[in-house]
Amino acid sequence: MQTTHARRYATNAVMTTLTAACAFFAVAVLVLILGYIAYRGLGAISFQFLIETPKPVGEGGGIGNAILGTLILLAMACVVGMPFGIATGIYLAEYGAGRFASLVRFLTDTLTGIPSILVGVFVYTIIVLPMKQFSAMAGGVALAVIMIPIVARTTEEMIRLVPASLREGALALGAPQWRVTTGVVLPAAASGIVTGAMLAVARVSGETAPLLFTAFGSRFFNVYLDQPMASLTVQIYNYAISPYDEWHAQAWAATLILMTLILVINITVRFFTRQKV
Amino acid sequence: MTTPPPSLPTPTSAFGARVRAWDWRRALSPTGNTGDAVFRAALFACALLVLLLVGAMIAAMASNSRLSLREYGFGFLTSSEWNPVSGQFGALPFIYGTIISSLLALVISVPISLGVAVFLVEQAPRRLARPITFLVELLAAIPSVVYGLWGIFVLAPLLRRYVEPPLQKWLGWTPFFQGTITGIGLLTGGIILAIMITPIISAVVRDVLAAVPVTQREAALALGATRWETTRVVLANGGPGIAGAIILGLGRAIGETMAVTMVIGNRAQISASLFEPSYTIASVIANEFTEATEAIYLSALVELGLILFLVTFIINAAARLLVWSVTRSTSGTARA
Repeated sequence: MQTTHARRYATNAVMTTLTAACAFFAVAVLVLILGYIAYRGLGAISFQFLIETPKPVGEGGGIGNAILGTLILLAMACVVGMPFGIATGIYLAEYGAGRFASLVRFLTDTLTGIPSILVGVFVYTIIVLPMKQFSAMAGGVALAVIMIPIVARTTEEMIRLVPASLREGALALGAPQWRVTTGVVLPAAASGIVTGAMLAVARVSGETAPLLFTAFGSRFFNVYLDQPMASLTVQIYNYAISPYDEWHAQAWAATLILMTLILVINITVRFFTRQKV
Repeated sequence: MTTPPPSLPTPTSAFGARVRAWDWRRALSPTGNTGDAVFRAALFACALLVLLLVGAMIAAMASNSRLSLREYGFGFLTSSEWNPVSGQFGALPFIYGTIISSLLALVISVPISLGVAVFLVEQAPRRLARPITFLVELLAAIPSVVYGLWGIFVLAPLLRRYVEPPLQKWLGWTPFFQGTITGIGLLTGGIILAIMITPIISAVVRDVLAAVPVTQREAALALGATRWETTRVVLANGGPGIAGAIILGLGRAIGETMAVTMVIGNRAQISASLFEPSYTIASVIANEFTEATEAIYLSALVELGLILFLVTFIINAAARLLVWSVTRSTSGTARA
């Protein structure tokens, strides 16, 4: 009896320690990765690097065009993807009781798990093949397709948080349903929807695979949407698999820029959502 | 200010019963209000687009892989010869590489993910749990290409120097740890995948554990169970949801592209050794898509994409249903 008791408590102590070790291990990996990016990136970054275009090995060069390209691609993805994503989210939250809505909800969830490279393949077949060339437009559409299901689901969650009493109050005053949704529910859920949208931008800004054969990449500053366009992630990939140390250093510096963007968004979102709760 | 519902003439039928005339507004929205009808129809169109998107993806890939489907049929899946120059396309090496690297990732990641989730939901004090939850979620925010970069320059050298030599020394007699040690290969790919799917699996398991009713815990504790024994009760209750989380992680691992491409070696071969380079479906698409100048080559790559799409679609669908079965039925917020 006594030994069983001791064994049970020993097991408890061992398992508690093990689970804590798992958690700290995961955090340690994060710190290792971020720390190494900061260490290698800070060593290679300079103002010139941020504004110049890529140059041949040995001549320096920078990622100015890739930063601009990433921003343009993200803007396009937002313009194309956000309206559809948010509208789908509103539909699911406000009219989402039927079978059709369940199907859409299920498909959006499943879509978020589809490998992003397949979105690249899809957009390649519907835009790049007919246009016969890689283009920023194709890249933007690919990112938008990835964005839509993410935005739709977060929007739905946020709208569901709006208390029913608000809707009922507005309806009781005689407002038609669409006015209730646009005038009362959406403003109440706005901060949450923006939060979700920002997270979607952060997620999409790190995508590489769908851009490989849509926006493709470019060594020049480009603002034309029917031309290939550089992006930070594709640039990082190309430099990382190159055999040159100088380009490796530039890959780390570009990674530092990209991670700063992503971390700033994530931490800002975190800060605001905590204040709300 | 507000528009009253439109007053419609109510004609009567031959038997005197009141019949309501067909009205497009009422057909689109039960309220019969013009604004409602337009608004709801617009939202419906957007939701329909998501549906069409999935259909369009399947259709686009199926139609662009026609050539390869007709040429190779089912042999595509069983042939291990991939030689674009001689026009031979078999998917087996990629299927093998994808399955082995993903399973390896699961073997490493599942215990750690479960540990993280149990620690955060069941054991850690709240003040500790919140920041750690955020940090683990940040792991999921790191882009794939960044994991790849880190894998090439940090993880691969680390494995080559400190992990793979002892593995070969002790377990070299098994077929799994033979061959040259390069730091690039299946093992590295599996480990990087494991790191990438850990935050995903643990996040879903956390949701599942949190959805298990607190009464289950109270009952176990009241019977004198230790904390770990209580946790086991909770884990058993969340069983299907945890299975769903693991399958979700599997789906992510199968489709992961950039990081794996950068560390797995990209050689279309089937070898039992985890030190040997391999190739995954997603990687070969990423590497060779822009090189595929011949129609049949492109078609074969798109067919690989179609296979990957169907597999990940089924896996994700199954995982969602399993997770929903737990988080919905117990939290009482069943939707639709």
